Amino acid sequence: MRSNRQQSIRRNGFSNRLGWLLSLLAVLLTFGVSSVFADMGIGGAEQRIAPIGRVHIEGQDFIPAVDSVASEIEEPELIAAPRTSRKDYPNIGVSSRAVVWILAQMHLFFGALVLAVPLFVLAIELVGVATGDERYDSMAHEFMKISLTGFSITAIFGGSLALFLLYPDFMGYMMHVFGAQWLVYAALFFLESFFLYTYYYGWNAMRYGNMKWVHLSLGLLLNGAGMTIMVMANSWATFMMAPSGVNEVGAVIGNIWEVMKGPLWNPINLHRFIANIGFGGAVVGAYAAYKFLSTKDMEKRAHYDWMGYTSNFIAILAFLPLPFAGYWLMAEIYAYSQQMGITAMGGILAWLFIVQAVLIGTILLAGNYYLWAGMSRTEGSKRYKPFIGFIAFVLVISFLIWVTPHTLMLSASEIAQLGGSHHHILGPLGIMPAKNIAVNLMLIVTFLSFQLYRRSDKVATVSWAPIGNALMVAIYVVAIVNIIFLGVYFGYFTNTVYKVGSSVAQVSSTLVVIIAGIVIDSLMFKNAKILPSHWGRIPDRAQYALFALPIAFTWLMGLMGYVRSSVKTHWHVYTVMKDNSPDNFIPTIGYAGNMITIVTVLFLLFVLFMFWIASLSGTKQPKPETVAEGGVA
Amino acid sequence: MNVFFKTMGFSIGLALIFTLVTQLLPQVEGEAPVETKVDLSSLTMDDFVTMGEDLFMNKGTCTLCHKPPPIGRAPDIQSMDMVSTVAERLADERYQGESKDAAGYILESMIDPSKFVVAGWGKKGSNDTVSPMPAVDKAPIQLSVMEMDAIIAYLQAKDGNEVTVSLPSPEAAAEAAAAAPAAGGGVALASAATAEEALGKYACSACHAMDSEDPLVGPGLATVGRRLSETEIRQSIVDPAAVIAEGFPPAMPADFAEKMTVKELEMLVQHLAEKK
Repeated sequence: MRSNRQQSIRRNGFSNRLGWLLSLLAVLLTFGVSSVFADMGIGGAEQRIAPIGRVHIEGQDFIPAVDSVASEIEEPELIAAPRTSRKDYPNIGVSSRAVVWILAQMHLFFGALVLAVPLFVLAIELVGVATGDERYDSMAHEFMKISLTGFSITAIFGGSLALFLLYPDFMGYMMHVFGAQWLVYAALFFLESFFLYTYYYGWNAMRYGNMKWVHLSLGLLLNGAGMTIMVMANSWATFMMAPSGVNEVGAVIGNIWEVMKGPLWNPINLHRFIANIGFGGAVVGAYAAYKFLSTKDMEKRAHYDWMGYTSNFIAILAFLPLPFAGYWLMAEIYAYSQQMGITAMGGILAWLFIVQAVLIGTILLAGNYYLWAGMSRTEGSKRYKPFIGFIAFVLVISFLIWVTPHTLMLSASEIAQLGGSHHHILGPLGIMPAKNIAVNLMLIVTFLSFQLYRRSDKVATVSWAPIGNALMVAIYVVAIVNIIFLGVYFGYFTNTVYKVGSSVAQVSSTLVVIIAGIVIDSLMFKNAKILPSHWGRIPDRAQYALFALPIAFTWLMGLMGYVRSSVKTHWHVYTVMKDNSPDNFIPTIGYAGNMITIVTVLFLLFVLFMFWIASLSGTKQPKPETVAEGGVA
Repeated sequence: MNVFFKTMGFSIGLALIFTLVTQLLPQVEGEAPVETKVDLSSLTMDDFVTMGEDLFMNKGTCTLCHKPPPIGRAPDIQSMDMVSTVAERLADERYQGESKDAAGYILESMIDPSKFVVAGWGKKGSNDTVSPMPAVDKAPIQLSVMEMDAIIAYLQAKDGNEVTVSLPSPEAAAEAAAAAPAAGGGVALASAATAEEALGKYACSACHAMDSEDPLVGPGLATVGRRLSETEIRQSIVDPAAVIAEGFPPAMPADFAEKMTVKELEMLVQHLAEKK
């Protein structure tokens, strides 16, 4: 009993270390990556946005884009983007776009999963090395095992060639623009496969001593190859949205680096990087939840409860900075083309953000609910139970504000009844300032849930604990007041320019709370008294929150893919290559909803297949009795 | 197995709830611009104004930004009398353009919006010297001269002002069919009145730099009059494959002879020959 308790306490302690390590990682991701990108000389808008058609600096002599050695070589022929007509698109009897939509989305789902899992697996393995606790190592290995088949599934969907067959001119143009980059991309797959298999199959062969560092290095190289693949693939998507390195007619005038580093490349890289981690965490969390529900063995339930908690922690922690990366992406879209930005946020796609609010609300409610239910594991959690009601109230109210539509489709009689096109209360709640307040408050109270959960098995022993608590409360109060004041004052009493600017200050307030919370708690609970906690002591219904997360994440990724692709309107490559296919219109949100559900359910089925394959490796058929008795049956 | 059905049922049920939310929202389809056939021989000014209003609301995407406050991101020109407003703007010392009247100013503001930026609506950090508005004759909007004229007509007529732009001539109808793009929408182009308009109409600057000798897809044309005679320029337009400038691909469209009016061709030849 004592041993179990010690084990539980020890595991909690390690969970805390893992938690804070990942918290720090998330914060660093938010600020570090963007500052690295800024250091790469892409800080100013003028530097980042290479205008289409610009071949040299105005007022200066033209300098050919070749060096002295290459000048002797004949200049490459400039080829404009093809101008396609309807007959250039093969007619296969069903919507080509629908076929590509499903196959590409499946490729992206599995691609995101298999790029994300090795990232946090490496982090967990490192924690295992740092703490000396082999259970972290085993859990990291298990995470790799369940995602292994995903690499093959990603390749299968990526290699379907649907885009090449159904959009031959467009893909021909993309092949021409990116040239040899495709070969590098293909070569990286071989490299990634090498690191993947040596990393996974070499796990036990390189488990201790110096060999462990070799293994960690393989993990780092695996992630390096994976990240490079991701950013290369991202450059195709961002080139289609905001082409660079080509002139007005789509002829390539820059080198491959200039083609890749369009104005939206780094915002998408950061956004996808963070989102992939959240998505990967959510999917492996569902695996843990399924295993938890499928067994009555208390030891296994404790293991899968811990695994589920860790997965949820990774998913939500990665999710918290995601809106900030989203802000950056949208700001860059507006800077590149205000028209494109408004098409997304204020045009026909604007309704989509109501669905996004429902999905993000689901993710936050599920993540919070799982944490509250998880408090039953610890005996010290009673102190914090009263806060749950407050957090739930803020979450629900904020969620309702977020989903409040602004412009309603109304009949003349309804407009007369309402006294105008907008309701006098709901109208103001439907615009961005109210929604910015709501989303920031939701993020802050979600962090509060985390903080309370993490405090629930500890009692601070430092003398300044009351001051630390008072300081934490003060930071929460000031941040919340600041967020509401900024949103109300600048959102409703000044013009649009200040409204957008104030949202940055609101986000900063939220980040201050998160960073201050991590710092204060790290110091205050150092050498804290640890209270008993019991892994596996959590209601079964809490596991369904771990299913809600991946479903909402998957759906959200599908929805954001729809908007990212649709803002190009009727262009394959915005402004340089028109889409003249029969599907060159933006489909309705209802049609998109049907498509997203189809791919989500398909993804779910393939994930189950992946888990089943993983479970096969741990299953051993018992030796038949007839054989045991001697002789072959 | 029980767990399998419960978890699958829960997951699919949740996905269906999300789908239901999308079905409850207004179902709007974003149509790509479609080609509109305009019978110029029977076109009245009222039709032209109506066409301008439709372009303003749809293909021109003007209403994405030009909306009433607080949601607008550009002046709400639908609620202001543009003709009287233009008079104030032309007198403003910050005005950089060359227009003398409302029609000229509106056209100028569509193809070069930074000539005058209304205070408070400039690009962030530009101190109202750079407009965030895209040039509407360029991609992705790509309005033709005739379409821009229709919008001018609409903006003049909506407040009861006299419409000063001319209706496209009936002769342009024949050219319109030839000039219309293979796909992608738009209405037929009117005959260009000046060489500059012809350069814009046939998108010459997409492949040729007009103010320098820098090569784009084709050679720069800043001093083309020094290199080529009028006859050679004419031949380069009508039959571009006859002589191809060294080092350049044979990318110039071969159908300008069918598309251009004689007047447009001669205006272009004269204009280019004077570039020395």
